[in-house]
Amino acid sequence: MIATLLVVLQVVVATAITPLLIGVMRQVRARLEGRIGSGVLQPYRDVRKLLAKEPLRAEGSSIILVAAPLVLLVSSLLVVALVPLVTTANIPAVPNDLFVVVSILLIGTVALALLGLDAGTAFGGMGSSRHMMIAALVEPTVLMSVYALSIPVGSSTLSKIVVARGADVTRVVTPAGLLAVVALVVVVLAETGRLPVDNPSTHLELTMIHESMILESAGRDLAWLEVGSWLRLTALLGLVVNLALPWGLADSMQPLALLVAVVTLGVKLLVAGGVIAAAEVFMAKVRLFKVPELLAGSFVLAFLAVTASYLAG
Amino acid sequence: MTAVGGLVTVLTLTALAILLAFAAPPRYRSVASGGASMGIGIAGVFTGIAGITSVPQAVLVVPIAIPGGLGIDPLLLSPTPLGGVFCVVVGAVGAIAALYGIGYAHGPAASRTGWSAFAVFLLGMLIVASAGDVVSFLLGWETMAIASTVLLLADHAERPAVRTAAVWYAVMTHLSFLSLATGFALVASKAHSTTFTQISAAQITGPTGIAAFLLLLIGFATKAGLVPLHVWLPRAHPEAPSHVSAVMSAAMVKLGVYGIILLVGSWLPQVARPFAILVLALGVLSGAYGILQASITSDLKRLLAYSTTENVGLAVTAVGVGMLLSNAGQDAVATIALVAALLLVVSHAAFKTVLFLGAGTILHATGERDLDRLGGLIRSHPVTTWTFGIAAMGAAALPVTSGFAAEWTLLQALVHGDGRANTTLALALPVTLGLMALTIGLGLLTFVKAFGMAFLARPRSEAAATPAPEFTSKPGSAAMGVAQAIGALSVLALGLAVGPLATAFSSVLGYSGIITSELGGLRLVTIGVLDPYALGLVAVGLAVPVALLVLVLRRRVPRRETDLAWGCGGVRTSPRMEYTATSYAEPLVRVFGEALRPTRSLEVSHHAEDHVLEHRVAFAQEVSDIVEDRWYAPAAVWLRVAGDQARRVQNGSIHRYLAFSFAALVLVLVVVTLP
Repeated sequence: MIATLLVVLQVVVATAITPLLIGVMRQVRARLEGRIGSGVLQPYRDVRKLLAKEPLRAEGSSIILVAAPLVLLVSSLLVVALVPLVTTANIPAVPNDLFVVVSILLIGTVALALLGLDAGTAFGGMGSSRHMMIAALVEPTVLMSVYALSIPVGSSTLSKIVVARGADVTRVVTPAGLLAVVALVVVVLAETGRLPVDNPSTHLELTMIHESMILESAGRDLAWLEVGSWLRLTALLGLVVNLALPWGLADSMQPLALLVAVVTLGVKLLVAGGVIAAAEVFMAKVRLFKVPELLAGSFVLAFLAVTASYLAG
Repeated sequence: MTAVGGLVTVLTLTALAILLAFAAPPRYRSVASGGASMGIGIAGVFTGIAGITSVPQAVLVVPIAIPGGLGIDPLLLSPTPLGGVFCVVVGAVGAIAALYGIGYAHGPAASRTGWSAFAVFLLGMLIVASAGDVVSFLLGWETMAIASTVLLLADHAERPAVRTAAVWYAVMTHLSFLSLATGFALVASKAHSTTFTQISAAQITGPTGIAAFLLLLIGFATKAGLVPLHVWLPRAHPEAPSHVSAVMSAAMVKLGVYGIILLVGSWLPQVARPFAILVLALGVLSGAYGILQASITSDLKRLLAYSTTENVGLAVTAVGVGMLLSNAGQDAVATIALVAALLLVVSHAAFKTVLFLGAGTILHATGERDLDRLGGLIRSHPVTTWTFGIAAMGAAALPVTSGFAAEWTLLQALVHGDGRANTTLALALPVTLGLMALTIGLGLLTFVKAFGMAFLARPRSEAAATPAPEFTSKPGSAAMGVAQAIGALSVLALGLAVGPLATAFSSVLGYSGIITSELGGLRLVTIGVLDPYALGLVAVGLAVPVALLVLVLRRRVPRRETDLAWGCGGVRTSPRMEYTATSYAEPLVRVFGEALRPTRSLEVSHHAEDHVLEHRVAFAQEVSDIVEDRWYAPAAVWLRVAGDQARRVQNGSIHRYLAFSFAALVLVLVVVTLP
């Protein structure tokens, strides 16, 4: 029961903080590029605006146009509920197994790809095709990192991994642990459509991946898509920061512990987001056909992490 | 029903199906004979269940009288618990496919021969799954091979490709038979018995054992469609009538997996041990190669055929992982891998049946199986869309289907195998996981492509724009939709019932480390729990507030229909500008260009008056199977040359033939007189 309450709290906190994270990332980038920026609260205003606008439905599109954004949103919420962000507690019947988390992310990926195909436009198909190619090639790195992280603990359950890393600082700085986290960072960038894999603020259809799949969505459909994608970023980034700095998470309902957990999460997330945004200013999007090389590189890191943990252990 | 009763029912119903195929008037032939075939399938399911549950096993003994005896024991038909699992798979797939066939079969597939062969095909498979000795196993194996070849040839008059496919299939399946017969002969001569229990008890080792193991492995791998012996599969599955493809792909190839499991687990376990890496490599390579080919092909049924190679590959991967782990003494995890293999078999049987039936409906409605020319069927074919969609989710291993549970179990076995035990494991486990992950990723892309291109977007051809209706007034037409719906429901049911299912499989394998969790999910003791119900409840809990918000907003801001999709500036886009299946897979073809070796041609012709303006652009791309091109084509040439040379022996002279007879007689006498 307490675990359920903690999970509910985590979902609420993460959902509330997510637009702020996006706002901070955009603002950091704007300032570094010499622009004033629209303020860190702009994403909240964007969502409010989109929810009030009428959704459109183009000729030739189907129920997928309505369903896919909702599927993406619910799958992202589910990931946020499972990943240890605020709390390491989890509902006993639903352990936050990393393989399960990854496959729930894939549900969202598939929903987006089908949405891209739905209206039958050239851009949608293009985005969908590229999106699925990247998703397919990311998969080996994802599962290999999961593998590397789970070897020392003997379990692929996330909260066990985080607790074990938090209890023993030497685990965090082992070569295997570091390599796995670095590989995961590349995964997060690719899965959430950040530079250098995809440019979240592009306005040219031919270079789009994520944006070209959601071209046909408007109003609340677009709002669900935006929030769903942002939540994926929160969950994955939160996972990486909690693996790298596994401290401050609450495991009980004590108000003080909860407050500490929420604040730590906010600070970790906003700092990590700010660092990513700052790095993006100095980075260009790589050619689509260079992305597999990047992913192959991160796969090698993850593979080394696995063999290192077998040989060192 | 006991297993014996079930088998007798199966035999009786087969006779009835053949009788009805010949006696019933043509208009009611499909309903009558197809109905009887459905009965065979259902009886097969009951036989299998009886085989799984009954202890001690019921045995149907068929004494055979061959003059001189030849040391052949009576035929034993006794489904073991493991065989029972495969009986259930064969029976269920057969029943659903027969039901679909009632509405679908037309032309030669609905002829007297067509329906008789279908019944005999089911009978052959059930005999294989319940055989307790070598002779009845091979008898069933050959019955199944011949009946399926007859069924495959159904449309040979319409399409020449059918004949080529049938020749490939007949050759490969008989090579498989030859290899099995030789292997079994070696084993039986060593064990001095043809029954499987005696063979297992004989604990055969040594060079004979190794030779027999390799021969049997080749025979089963051919039937299972493992790379590099898969070449018949992408030819035969597309050309057979769809309900037959469903049975071939969902049930028949599984018997190859059954054979491999028996071979390494029961018949020749000692010999098999050092070959664990070989089995694992067969499985992993089949998985990755199969799905890579599936992801780039645009022929829907060819795609499904290659995906069968992939899924069988994953099941054999699980067997290989189990062998490796049990070599290292990690028996508990090894059994989990074997349970994963059975889960993969069952879930693949369910979703592949529905996918092939869906492909059949598409073919029936549009005459097309080329995804580049399909699209928009969600509007005219809702039942097919939803059933195909559910099955595609299973094929892409998304939660909470049984495909996901199966892969999760295998992944857990991989992660919990202790790689510190030896270097082989430390390398084999991560490499397997990496390739398996690539397989899963590409599988996702493949089925997004298959579903999206066939059902979503706008029609890409005239045929797809004006499909035949989903239901017609023809007798039995509704059977197609009902069969697809039953199949799709069973895909969902298997996903929800994964806990009891895995528990049953682990008790089939004599293992108690897998139990059903509180809510009915799957619990691997000391490893983890996967509970579809609990996961579903959490998802519903999260969806409720979203749904409430949607309801409020729907009232406040209604949706508006527009007629233009974004065309980069308001141009009315033509369906010809849509992405096709080929363009969808283009990035993959580039990334894996080295492995796939596509041949491409681009012809640009210019206007006569102005050479700068392009008049026509013709693009053609063909990706053939490199295994076929590199290995089989040269072998075929070589065989032909050898055949031409051998023809010289036959010049029609009676003297020469008499000389041959005399030489043969002398040879036989010499061999017989040797000590």
